[in-house]
Amino acid sequence: MLGFAMRRLVQAMIVMLVVALLAFTLFRFVGDPVNQMVGVETSLEQREALRESLGLNDPVPVQFWRFISNAAQFDFGTSYQFRQPVSDLFAKRIPATLELSFVSALFALIVGIPMGVYAGLNRESAVSKLFLSVSLVGISLPTFLIGILLIFVFSVNLQWLPSFGRGETVQIGGWWTTGFLTVSGLKALILPSITLGLYQMTLIMRLIRAEMLEVIRTDYIKFARARGLPDRLVHFRHALKNTLIPVITITGLQLGAIIAFATITETVFQWPGMGLMFLQAVQNVDIPIMSAYLLLTAFLFVSINFIVDILYFLIDPRLRVERA
Amino acid sequence: MSDVSEKQTESVIATDRDTGAPDTMSAFGRFMDSDILHSFLRSKVAVIAAIGTFMFFILAFTAPWIAPHDPFDLASISILDARVPPIWMDYADPRFLLGTDDQGRDLLSGIFYGMRISLIVGFCSVIAAAIIGISLGLVAGYMGGRVDAVIMRIADVQLTFPAILIALLIDGAARGIFGSLDREVFSFWILIFALALSFWVQYARTVRGSTMVEKNKEYVQAARVIGIPSIIIMVRHILPNVTGPVLVIATINLALAIVTEATLSFLGVGMPPTQPSLGTLIAIGNDFLYSGEWWIAIFPGLALALLVLNVNLLGDWLRDALNPKLR
Repeated sequence: MLGFAMRRLVQAMIVMLVVALLAFTLFRFVGDPVNQMVGVETSLEQREALRESLGLNDPVPVQFWRFISNAAQFDFGTSYQFRQPVSDLFAKRIPATLELSFVSALFALIVGIPMGVYAGLNRESAVSKLFLSVSLVGISLPTFLIGILLIFVFSVNLQWLPSFGRGETVQIGGWWTTGFLTVSGLKALILPSITLGLYQMTLIMRLIRAEMLEVIRTDYIKFARARGLPDRLVHFRHALKNTLIPVITITGLQLGAIIAFATITETVFQWPGMGLMFLQAVQNVDIPIMSAYLLLTAFLFVSINFIVDILYFLIDPRLRVERA
Repeated sequence: MSDVSEKQTESVIATDRDTGAPDTMSAFGRFMDSDILHSFLRSKVAVIAAIGTFMFFILAFTAPWIAPHDPFDLASISILDARVPPIWMDYADPRFLLGTDDQGRDLLSGIFYGMRISLIVGFCSVIAAAIIGISLGLVAGYMGGRVDAVIMRIADVQLTFPAILIALLIDGAARGIFGSLDREVFSFWILIFALALSFWVQYARTVRGSTMVEKNKEYVQAARVIGIPSIIIMVRHILPNVTGPVLVIATINLALAIVTEATLSFLGVGMPPTQPSLGTLIAIGNDFLYSGEWWIAIFPGLALALLVLNVNLLGDWLRDALNPKLR
């Protein structure tokens, strides 16, 4: 177990190092940092002095080391657009993205699992076929289009729900803002989280359905039925439990995808999160924000992958025996 | 970049032709007799999806001849025609079947032309991604050792990120590097480059796997023994034997590439409004959604959804049909 975890940790660190190198290359060589910081009338000598004081004349490995150690202390430089430290900008926007992603993942699980179980148990029923067709449409529709359609129906035509922003938010602790505690905040969460979670929901539904179809044919399910256990027990205690291992893996990996796809949803709904800021950075070539976002998301993905690997190991006893 | 890729496509096509040339007629006969055709004709969904996809292709590529208006002809566009509703609504204009956009361009023609741009970008990026992926996969699988380790580690790292993020990052970086150049010309190439670099991994992994199997077979060893250089063995001997699964990946990735392109254009980092793809049209329409002019966003959106759905269904069927386990 420990050896396995260590191997994975080393791999994760190598990935992070490669990503850091990429982020550094982006930061240092795409767009001249000095040009972005000075005005037109700055003299060449002043530019050179600034260059020296920023350490841009040091050897590249020294600069890379400085970049990593700064990043480890959450210092990602100053945004070209906002003239503020990148880390402050991110800190302000992280709660919005995390709350949206959390609600979307919850939606995907709470709706996707029962639909998948039903479709797996009643393979031929009309409702299952409807679920499958709907899920195919859900996979084919691009995220931004789903968002636009939802806004069109629920905000423009029915005027039930807001189409942009987070509603009223409440500040908790020093810096965390939450939309969970006000009615308008909760209402504002509904459309974006459905938009963001729909793809994951269809994915989970299809996965559970496929796994259920397989599990239901196994001998231990037949045996449980022969023992006269009620359907509810057989389906949920015996069958569903054994389908959950791949679901946990996929959900974990999809959590990363949710945070990445939040960029699109946040743009459609003008949700004030990291994704929206990253997109504005791409449009305005704000390199420090781009490289910081790259590092942050990479760190998130790598940690999620790591945790999923460990979880996998803890949940499935068969894996433990094989590796030991 | 483009020169290299063109040459490589030519060589790929040339090798295919070389191996297929001696018995073209019998190849056709084999196809008519094959399991694939049989399974295709038996699957209603596949036939419908194929007809649908084919119709979209025809509409898109004959757009200049069949579209009722030319949305790029500034002389025929009048701002007075802006935001005319579809023909079944009040205040409609019989010249514009699906209404017009904010600049008075006919929406139906705009959709045909937009589909054309979406499909061209989709095809080019799929071909580019396949060329990168197949070459790297071949080299990694054939060479093995350190070359293999480096290429596959890069692939692993990239696989941890969703393609859309990578495309966004490359797009942003390219804007930083080529910032001074003409954006209207370069958007197209930056887009294809970004999409190709986001989607090459799948090809590389698949081709690497089959190459590792093929390279130990006798025909490859025989070729090596008589002293044929590695590069020729890879291109002429192994390549034709590992391209089967690539076709499936390419079909599924075409749908994915179209969606990603539309998303990037919607986000404002893809095709510019002067050469609108479906995504750009939707982005333009999105601004007018709240003021009641819903058709500007919804019709291009429907076109995009139907196009992707058809290509997806075709890809799904192809994957199942070529999967020996499911036969």
